[in-house]
Amino acid sequence: MDWSDSPEQANFRQEVRAFIQAKLPDPYKPKAGEATGEGEGFAGGWQADRKSTDPKRVATASQWATALADKGWIAPAWPKEYGGAGLSTVEQFIYNQEMAEAAAPSVGGMGVSMLGPTLIVHGSEEQKKEHLSRILSGEVAWAQGYSEPGAGSDLASLQTRAVRDGDEFVINGQKIWTSGAHFADWLFALVRTDPQAPKHRGISFMIMDIKTPGLSVRPLINMGWEHGFNETFFEDVRVPAKNLIGEENRGWYVGMTLLDFERSGIAGAVSYRRGMGEMKEFLGGKGKSFQRQDWNTTRLELADRAIETEVLFNFAFRIVSIQNRGLVPNYEASVNKTFGSELHQRLSRTQSKAWGLYANVWDRTSKYAPMGAAHIHDYVGSVPHSIFSGSNEIQRNVIATRGLGLPRG
Amino acid sequence: MDLGLNEQQELLKNSAREFLENECPETHVREMEEDEKGYSPVLWQKMAEQGWHGLLVPEQYGGAGFDFVDQMVLVEELGRALVPGPYMSSVFGGAVPILEAGSDAQKQEFLPKIAAGELIFTLALTEPSARFDESGIQAKATVSGNDVTINGTKLFVPDAHVADYLIVAARTAKGVTLAIVPTKQDGVKTTVLQTIARDKQCEVVLNGAKGQLLGADGAGWAALAPVIQKYTVAECAYLVGLAQMDFEIAVDYAKERVQFGRPIGSFQAIQHKCADMVTDVDGSRFIMYKAAWSISAGQPAAETSIAVNMAKAWCSEATRRVVAHGQQIHGGIGFTKDYKIQLFYRRQKRAELAFGDADFHRELVAQQLGL
Ligand SMILES: Cc1cc2nc3c(=O)[nH]c(=O)nc-3n(C[C@H](O)[C@H](O)[C@H](O)COP(=O)(O)OP(=O)(O)OC[C@H]3O[C@@H](n4cnc5c(N)ncnc54)[C@H](O)[C@@H]3O)c2cc1C
Ligand SMILES: Cc1cc2nc3c(=O)[nH]c(=O)nc-3n(C[C@H](O)[C@H](O)[C@H](O)COP(=O)(O)OP(=O)(O)OC[C@H]3O[C@@H](n4cnc5c(N)ncnc54)[C@H](O)[C@@H]3O)c2cc1C
Repeated sequence: MDWSDSPEQANFRQEVRAFIQAKLPDPYKPKAGEATGEGEGFAGGWQADRKSTDPKRVATASQWATALADKGWIAPAWPKEYGGAGLSTVEQFIYNQEMAEAAAPSVGGMGVSMLGPTLIVHGSEEQKKEHLSRILSGEVAWAQGYSEPGAGSDLASLQTRAVRDGDEFVINGQKIWTSGAHFADWLFALVRTDPQAPKHRGISFMIMDIKTPGLSVRPLINMGWEHGFNETFFEDVRVPAKNLIGEENRGWYVGMTLLDFERSGIAGAVSYRRGMGEMKEFLGGKGKSFQRQDWNTTRLELADRAIETEVLFNFAFRIVSIQNRGLVPNYEASVNKTFGSELHQRLSRTQSKAWGLYANVWDRTSKYAPMGAAHIHDYVGSVPHSIFSGSNEIQRNVIATRGLGLPRG
Repeated sequence: MDLGLNEQQELLKNSAREFLENECPETHVREMEEDEKGYSPVLWQKMAEQGWHGLLVPEQYGGAGFDFVDQMVLVEELGRALVPGPYMSSVFGGAVPILEAGSDAQKQEFLPKIAAGELIFTLALTEPSARFDESGIQAKATVSGNDVTINGTKLFVPDAHVADYLIVAARTAKGVTLAIVPTKQDGVKTTVLQTIARDKQCEVVLNGAKGQLLGADGAGWAALAPVIQKYTVAECAYLVGLAQMDFEIAVDYAKERVQFGRPIGSFQAIQHKCADMVTDVDGSRFIMYKAAWSISAGQPAAETSIAVNMAKAWCSEATRRVVAHGQQIHGGIGFTKDYKIQLFYRRQKRAELAFGDADFHRELVAQQLGL
């Protein structure tokens, strides 16, 4: 057992740090005594900046994307032959950890994390050629159209229909919760191509330009009054058959593919620890007047959150050690997801509670907003973390049945 | 960066598990609950032959010279099997303080015998104030040359009734001082308490008890710091093993117990408890090993200190959640004396309290974080 870096790991960590130090644009650097914020939120980050109306934000996003692209680090997990960095899982872990330490936004969104890996495994040479380089250059952003009003956790019950017509598919139906579709250029979606087949076997994986006629994206405003996700409607949307990825009716399995990704969720642990540090610094300085009278209970709650963050760090380290030994995590990734998301919710509750009545203030610019109202925003923003990427109930089902071998209900 | 066991540790774990499955079955644990001594000298000797008592002791003093992480691998197995007796007392309350504070002569005299299982030691630390800090040490001692005379009452001293020696913390004009005190003398009176875990914790009344100085006069509290750290982490390791077994028993039961025509383990209410149990057990294991690694790798003192406090704060509560779920999953049968799950529930409480529960350690964490 060893929590420290090997010499090679320490070297690589140093390389990542030096790169960030030299290349991360100033507007992305955390400011002393301020909350770094949620950064990677569904409505924020690189996707939002590159389509911003503020030319400074656009310039910052492109400066950072170019720096990463020059270094070959936009897609750390992709094999080198496809323009990725070909990093080992441990290197990806260190990369993700250091990027999170610096609160550096990742570039490439779902194109890098989801579509690219799927194309690399299932795409034709032509499809790879057309799309991978445009993800790496930051030219094209992608959105994910899986969920439907009637197909959430039970995703395989999806109904959006695609019917073959010559060398096109005609798509009708509706997707929902499509994050960032209003910033995206392309969409990857699961659609039903064989309604007669058993539900997992009649689904196909398709990609399409988001501006295809008949495809419309309508905003959904979330409970934090932000526009992060959307409804996506399909009315006789004609998609060329060459946009089918993998075999027809095998889309469920195509959609489940991922490369040898580091899946520890280390970034969460890092940001929780950093957030507690920032809060302490603020309380010790300009935020002193915000500290509630009966501070001791909150103080001990914060200590608990710090301990739980340590537990989450260890869970993240465990995943990467399993991967580094050439094994595949089983129930462990689900443990990280449930524990991490619930800790996130507890932490935002504790942190906002520390401000007493001031936790009411939502306006980030108000003089009455401690740390730019970051914690109360996080209190709302952390709500869906136990819902998306497989709800925590589903994750617990997975731990119990796949991990512990309990009989399915 | 690696959170797995190495080959030697795997070997130690597997051989300990096999040994204890044979030598320390549930029947033995139950027998010892009713036994006056609370342990079997036969098993004690066999454990010594395995080299367990001297695992941490350097080879020059008759031990095996393993490191602290290896030692925790073994303690996890002892917790899993609920091994009764003075193992923890003798190793962490005897060998460790002598290693930390003893003169070479004391090490020569005592360590080989502890390693061989010939001598039993225990640490007489807490008093009726039940405090774990320096101010809790109120027993009075006078020092003359190498001799120490002690007056006072020590409480919750494990296994004092079978120990050959106590390591006593008492207060002289110079501060907290440690002494090695033989139990077989008129000045030492031991009374066994009846406890929830049916282990043997004692009141020890020291009335002019004579002993020899361990370390310098007044240097006792500083010498105890690493001892308390190691003992605390060892209690965490014991809890990890105990909770792991409790969880395994509960999952097995949930697979077999049928109600409403199906195994209760197919109900989500039970499944989700099991998922939370594995999360708590695994979380406990790694935070404990992080602290153990911190000690054995000689991480900076401040980091080791907070790692130990975090480990005990977390393990104390997480394992309590585990054994509570373990009881609930068993329904009525879990509440009977005959069924095994309650053995774990009762023993969890002892180790939760030992060297401070979560409230105690959480406060120390808050202080060290500067909160
Ligand atoms: C902020 C946000 C962003 C999202 N972004 C995207 C996106 O970009 N693209 C996309 O396709 N989707 C996206 N989603 C959708 C997300 O994947 C779904 O919300 C998720 O799969 C849950 O589906 P649902 O909302 O329909 O809830 P439901 O499935 O209806 O679940 C409701 C409740 O019932 C529970 N439940 C359901 N089934 C079970 C079961 N078998 N056992 C026990 N409990 C159960 C759930 O855990 C939950 O608590 C996003 C969601 C959110 C909140
Ligand atoms: C102290 C004590 C006194 C008692 N006194 C009496 C008495 O005087 N007379 C008498 O007749 N009985 C008595 N009982 C029995 C009591 O009613 C039963 O223990 C109780 O009905 C539970 O049944 P069980 O013990 O067989 O547990 P089980 O039914 O086997 O349950 C085991 C676990 O599975 C869970 N479980 C079972 N079914 C489901 C489900 N559908 N969904 C989710 N979870 C489920 C349970 O909640 C429990 O956690 C007593 C029990 C105790 C502990």
